[in-house]
Amino acid sequence: MIRKLVRFLDRRTGTAPFAQKTLRYLFPDHWSFLLGEVALYCFIVLVATGTYLALFYSDSTADVVYHGPYVPLQGQHMTEAYRSVLDISTSVKAGLLIRQTHHWAANVFVAAIVLHLLRIFFTGAYRKPRELTYWLGLTILMVALLEGYLGYSLVDDLLSGMGLAIGNGVALSIPFIGASLGAFIWGGPFPGSSAFFPRMYIGHVFLIPALIAVLLAAHLALVALRHHTQFRQGRETERRIVGVPTFPGQTPRSLGLLLAVAGLLVLLGGLVQINPIWLWGPFHTYSSTNGAQPDWYLGWLIGALRLMPSWDWTIGNYTLVPNPFWGGVLFPLVVFGFLYVWPLLERRFTGDRAFHNLLDRPRDAPVRTAIGFGLLTWVLLVFLAGASDRVFVFFGLSYSTQIWFFRVASFVVPVVVAFVAHRVCLELQAGERVERRRELAIGEARAEARRPLS
Amino acid sequence: MKDRLRTLLVLVVLYVLRRRLPRRAPAGEHAPGPPAERIVPAGTPEPRAELLAIGLLLFGALCAAAFVAVYVLDRLPRQTQLLGLSLGLALLSIAAALIVTGKRLVVTEELEHDYPPEEHPGEQEAIAQTVAESASRLTRRRLFALGLGTAGGALAVALLAPLASLGPGIDLDSFVRTPWRKGRRLVDEEGRPYRAADIEQDTFYTAFPEGADLEQIASPLVVVRLPPRDLDLPRENAGYAAAGIVAFSKICTHAGCAISLYRTPLFPDAEPKPALVCPCHYSTFDPATGGTVIFGPAGRKLPMLPLRIDGRGYLRAAGNFDGPVGPSWWDVRARRPFA
Repeated sequence: MIRKLVRFLDRRTGTAPFAQKTLRYLFPDHWSFLLGEVALYCFIVLVATGTYLALFYSDSTADVVYHGPYVPLQGQHMTEAYRSVLDISTSVKAGLLIRQTHHWAANVFVAAIVLHLLRIFFTGAYRKPRELTYWLGLTILMVALLEGYLGYSLVDDLLSGMGLAIGNGVALSIPFIGASLGAFIWGGPFPGSSAFFPRMYIGHVFLIPALIAVLLAAHLALVALRHHTQFRQGRETERRIVGVPTFPGQTPRSLGLLLAVAGLLVLLGGLVQINPIWLWGPFHTYSSTNGAQPDWYLGWLIGALRLMPSWDWTIGNYTLVPNPFWGGVLFPLVVFGFLYVWPLLERRFTGDRAFHNLLDRPRDAPVRTAIGFGLLTWVLLVFLAGASDRVFVFFGLSYSTQIWFFRVASFVVPVVVAFVAHRVCLELQAGERVERRRELAIGEARAEARRPLS
Repeated sequence: MKDRLRTLLVLVVLYVLRRRLPRRAPAGEHAPGPPAERIVPAGTPEPRAELLAIGLLLFGALCAAAFVAVYVLDRLPRQTQLLGLSLGLALLSIAAALIVTGKRLVVTEELEHDYPPEEHPGEQEAIAQTVAESASRLTRRRLFALGLGTAGGALAVALLAPLASLGPGIDLDSFVRTPWRKGRRLVDEEGRPYRAADIEQDTFYTAFPEGADLEQIASPLVVVRLPPRDLDLPRENAGYAAAGIVAFSKICTHAGCAISLYRTPLFPDAEPKPALVCPCHYSTFDPATGGTVIFGPAGRKLPMLPLRIDGRGYLRAAGNFDGPVGPSWWDVRARRPFA
């Protein structure tokens, strides 16, 4: 039966040698290698659930009056877009489940990419010959942030609109070209022309997902062409890869992980409420609410926007740098820019141009680990600053005091953390040397004891 | 008929439940040559793990069926939760079955082989040579390359040119046009005009130009009343207040959110003055001094609208804003709003 099928396919495609090699392609076994896979599976869930939602969503911003089943909003003016998402949540069978699963999947997607990136960074997996894979991955992360932002903006509830207003402010703040760029994207000043929502929609459901799919395909092709990296655990060397073959070993595990990720996301979508848009109400240019927070992965940007002091760079009547540029554009550019050039920087400063298939442990490269922890701490502190209004509400700490604390801490603490991380790496290395010497000494002593007395 | 069916059913169940035993070669027959070399090594059966996997698969199927049932029944209390629970458990138990299969049932091999070679110098050379030799008939290579580049660039510009239809890229007058002009009445969201007497202290009001589009960024105002002796307006805003009532654009000059917090001094020691606050990034503006920034990231003061009270007590605009509305762009400070 299987022989027949294989023969049929091979005679028509001639791919048996390739397929046979693929079946025996090796996957090194380490839990941290699953993070990228989790991101991939989230993307699959996102495409599936997103396609379903697109069957019901309307991208029109025409004004309608709500007469649906959710009583508190009855009689209110809103856009058709918002009403269609309300209908998905209240009237479409299983609509709320799919919508919430989609939203959860987006949050987990970005989280998995970020954790995957941390694994890649701290183990030096981006080194030659895998720089291209790394740069593609970083680009996927950047595009995923934009995709998520467009996704929750399309709902057109109050929080969506506030997010779009901020996005517009950030676009306008780009030196010289900002206003023109904003007018281009929005089709005029905020809230933009009626063409703006269809533009976001085609971006969210076609252009960006297609871009992510292409980048992802290239990313995975590069991984497969160069094979996986691996930790030095036993027989692994720079030239020999040790692992479980695609089939039969890896296939059930990967399929299992796919279904586990999907199952967890569906459970979250069914049991844990996310973005109850009916509570926020429709957006109007003239309304906003306190306690507004974006999805977690944009928290670092809202933190950066809030931390900046009142600071426009002006020359005469011309504003070279309007304020939102610092936190909304420059800060993420610096973080991503640094991540992009890091492999080149490291190569330049260590002079290491060798091929690397074996991974470092963080302690093996103390400078890299220190810099990574410093950068991570910086981003994390700015992220926390974005939550300081919530801290004020829950713990009563004065908002302005917190902001001043973070303005200082976000520059001091990362340096301290970097030095501590460096020290810890060196101590761990020293500890290992002591351990190795101890084992050596014990071995010698045993050999000594076993030697017959002459 | 019924009996036959029952026998058939029993036979099917027995067939499915039967355990596969290792097949022995029948006595007397010759073994057909030496057995082919195995690719995947043999392993010992694990009947309990196998049963567990089968059980999980069947439970997954049950949950998937339950999902369909909940979906069809519709309008159950906690419909979304039941749907999520049934589908989620279906996926998770099938996932568990697969993971049991991967970890305990299929043969786990730890193989090793060589990484692909670092590079292929022979092929690299051949590619370079092929490209170089292909151009051997060209005599003006530099000019040819220039031509290719020019054509490509021009074509790219031509293909991108229609994108200019997206929006007004150069003419930014729409950014500073406002619906406010001298004499226009202030109305609320429902279109009812505000009288000066409606405006009380320690709270704020959202006002719009009568008959204008409410969603336009230059429409909404935030209106507050201060004790006239607390007003400390700069010289250029002299006369903007009417009986202690002051009006500002409701759109924050930082990133364009609506200002919807009015901090009246609950804690007079720490925060001595009333202030308008934007909830997005907490830019804080002082209404008494003409909307100047006293905290937070905003880089420009709030645009102020001059007010007057007409003979019947209605609030009217006495002119346009003293600066452009909304977030800053590069020549925002060089422009004046117009109606």
